[in-house]
Amino acid sequence: MSKREEHVTEELFQPAHIDSGKSEEIAAPSLSFGQDAWRSMRKNKAAIFGIIVLIALTFLAIFGPMIGKYDFASQDLSRANLPPRVPVLEDFGIMDGTDEMGNNVYEFKGVKDQYFWLGTDGLGRDMWSRIWQGTRISLFIALLAAAIDLLIGVVYGGISAYYGGRVDNVMQRIVEILIGIPNLVLVILMILVLDAGITSIIIALTITGWIGMSRIVRGQMLKLKNQEFVLASRTLGATDNKIITQHLIPNVLSVIIINTMFTIPTAIFFEAFLSFIGLGLQPPIASLGTLIEDGYRNMQIFPHLMIYPSIIISLIMIAFNIVADGLRDALDPKMRD
Amino acid sequence: MKGYITKRVFYMIITLLLIASATFFLIKVMPGNPLSNAAKLTAEQEAIILENYGLDKPVPVQYLLYMGNVLTGDLGLSFQYDGRDVTSLILNRIGPSAQLGIQAILFGSVIGILLGILSAIRYNTIWDYGSTFIAVIGISIPSFVFAALLQYYVGVKLQWLPVAFWEGFEYSILPTLALAVGVIAVCARFMRTEMLEVLGQEYITTARAKGVSGFSVIFKHAVRNSMIPLITILGPLTAALMTGTLVIEKIFAVPGLGEQFVLSITTNDYPVIMGTTLFFSFFLILTILIVDILYGVIDPRIRLSGGKE
Repeated sequence: MSKREEHVTEELFQPAHIDSGKSEEIAAPSLSFGQDAWRSMRKNKAAIFGIIVLIALTFLAIFGPMIGKYDFASQDLSRANLPPRVPVLEDFGIMDGTDEMGNNVYEFKGVKDQYFWLGTDGLGRDMWSRIWQGTRISLFIALLAAAIDLLIGVVYGGISAYYGGRVDNVMQRIVEILIGIPNLVLVILMILVLDAGITSIIIALTITGWIGMSRIVRGQMLKLKNQEFVLASRTLGATDNKIITQHLIPNVLSVIIINTMFTIPTAIFFEAFLSFIGLGLQPPIASLGTLIEDGYRNMQIFPHLMIYPSIIISLIMIAFNIVADGLRDALDPKMRD
Repeated sequence: MKGYITKRVFYMIITLLLIASATFFLIKVMPGNPLSNAAKLTAEQEAIILENYGLDKPVPVQYLLYMGNVLTGDLGLSFQYDGRDVTSLILNRIGPSAQLGIQAILFGSVIGILLGILSAIRYNTIWDYGSTFIAVIGISIPSFVFAALLQYYVGVKLQWLPVAFWEGFEYSILPTLALAVGVIAVCARFMRTEMLEVLGQEYITTARAKGVSGFSVIFKHAVRNSMIPLITILGPLTAALMTGTLVIEKIFAVPGLGEQFVLSITTNDYPVIMGTTLFFSFFLILTILIVDILYGVIDPRIRLSGGKE
């Protein structure tokens, strides 16, 4: 304390030089929209956890079937309904290939040299590969459905808001009628008419899915389109197309991203739901929904068939939801602390 | 307000007409008729059966007849159950579904609201994180996964409650729980956001400054005002519950409307599919309409600003 006082002498205190040219200088580094969002996102531990889970699951969905030794479609009844067995864990008494009664099924079926990490199903297909194959299909359907929703929703909402007047009036009346139709009813009807398959599920999901997005985009656009920077741009001779793509869309981007992140889990849920009531994909293609449905039928005897796909679908849904929540907190200026 | 209601009822009728027509024509497009799987019939027998179901007339006539009948509440005859009309089938099945739905809404909203309040008054503490975590889990895990797990662990392993069927109140506990998870999650999230907003308002500060006790501020001032917007989620919740009943009734073998719907899909019983679809749509649209009107009636701020657009 005293030591420091010795160094602080009178002549150290000089009036600061005021440079009027520097008064406008910005001290903090200027952050782009993305950098700023990332900074607040990083503080949100749950969202980071969600991102890590999503990356891991995507990685496994792509490479999982290659990591396992067994093919997802090859059947072999001599190894049907095997419980999970993992090399190191089996020494600790978990996932050691024993069934509900405590018998070692691997020994009984004479396949003691093999390890099915998540067991096998009723036709002897490896569950590890099937689950990741299913995750791949589920994610594919959800991402594509969300992308189509995004495209139609943004275009429809954008046009409706930007042109306004009669165009807006007609387009919004259509939306008002469509929004009254329960999503579930329409999805089921579409699936009944189209044959079950990936394409028809995607069509069914997107046929009403875009409405929410279009309304949100329209609302935001209406707010933005009368602001000065748009007027300035128009005065300078920018075309409608340019104003929409260069000025309006970037400004509603955060809302679009947040909404898409919430659409994806909904699409995953609907796909699984349809599969569960028997309107989903047909074998041999598997999605998480069909795996759960298969597993549910034999849940009492072979719980592993139901539990592992359930865990994966729950993890995906939780991860998407918390990342979406985190993104909303990070991107939406109203949610800032 | 009157003009608003008229406008909304008008849209509701258009939407229902559209759904009825779309359902009718979509089902006409589908291949096959109720006889294609039956045993060989003589041409005469086939004609009699087709006449019985009104399938002998040209499609436009069938359409007009169907729409006329729908207006009088006649939804046609079921293909699957001989000679039973769809309307009575739906009315017979509605009891268990309604009971499940109401129980789930009541139980779910009470728990959800309490969790939401807890979250808001203990903002950024372990309580808040805990109930937010429950809400995220509840929103994320599909209801049928939860139902299957409940059935397996509580019903089969622990044997605390019956696994399936519908023979008394205890049979409704597990399906209600499975349905209520989503309700709890949605209510808790919504209540938390609303409470946080209300707690930041100046009249709360005023009440505190006047020396009103903490309990009174929370329950008399804040909770009451936060609950008003909660009515708006009733519409989406009803839709979600409907989706939920389809699978949950199937899982727990509850003889409700959802189970019937799933069954009629697998057996291609088109009149039942059409009837139930219309019924679901009507119910949902009516719920949303009532919710919107109620909201305007209850919250004077909306009425004063000229009604909802």
